[in-house]
Amino acid sequence: MSIRVGVVTFPGSCDDRDALRAVELVGGEPAPLWHADDDLQGADAVIVPGGFSYGDYLRPGALAARSPVMRAIVRHARDGGPVLGVCNGFQVLTEAGLLPGVLRPNAGLRFRCHDVALRVQRPSPWLPERGPGDLLEIPMKHHDGCYFADPASVAELDHHGQVLLRYEPNPNGSVDAIACVTNREGNVAGLMPHPEHAVDPLLGSADGRVLLAGLLGLARTPAAA
Amino acid sequence: MTRVTVTVRPKEGILDPQGEALRRSLAAGGQPVVAVRAGKVFDVEIEAASDAEALALAERIAGDVLANPLIEEHRVALAAEERVG
Repeated sequence: MSIRVGVVTFPGSCDDRDALRAVELVGGEPAPLWHADDDLQGADAVIVPGGFSYGDYLRPGALAARSPVMRAIVRHARDGGPVLGVCNGFQVLTEAGLLPGVLRPNAGLRFRCHDVALRVQRPSPWLPERGPGDLLEIPMKHHDGCYFADPASVAELDHHGQVLLRYEPNPNGSVDAIACVTNREGNVAGLMPHPEHAVDPLLGSADGRVLLAGLLGLARTPAAA
Repeated sequence: MTRVTVTVRPKEGILDPQGEALRRSLAAGGQPVVAVRAGKVFDVEIEAASDAEALALAERIAGDVLANPLIEEHRVALAAEERVG
């Protein structure tokens, strides 16, 4: 059975097409979703892609988090459905309360656009066939990617195994070099680097396929989370 | 109609890179500025039966939407008669 993966387009999204194509490359069935619809078109899994939804007004992701499609995505996630937020999508998921923490302006105040190395912290259904210590090479491109949570929350995240990837080295001042976190239940994940831009060795790396395969896997066996 | 002013600023102890960049720029220009915190101001017009009701609603909007309580603090006040400079 092919897994149907909804990819949201907000006004200002710019990575939605790459995400749709990446879903197809890993064997999923891409389904475009529109921000003003509160219907997920039967999607088994959802990607909230990168871009500058609603012009990044107020705070990145703050307005998108309150859009009709996000209400449907929150219901999907509460029912255990897998959701992956990338870049602006990560910001949207934190603002919507689906993921802990918040993304702040990079510590160096620069927009940074380059490949980053991400160290796998623990085995996870999000990272099929990868284990602790493995490295993924995936591009990032953002101004507001400095992950922040207070020390007590970071300790909680570590305690519950919610930190999947850490930067090596830390490009944006994220607390504890945290690059990718999940919710407590494990069915929602977010990161600033772009797996959907790393799906073909011809373009430098295919490591992004790991997370996309993880998303499809979680849709097949939700209990694995 | 009640005009309420909501002020949002980075919480104490949270690094504010924008404010820090401003401070550095001002200091480089010879200004005796030792700290800058950069925030936002919202003028909100509210249909409410009383000032108290408007303030309570503004407080809720500020906490739910205008500020992210993880990193920002907010203050609401009735808009003062302002002189635009």
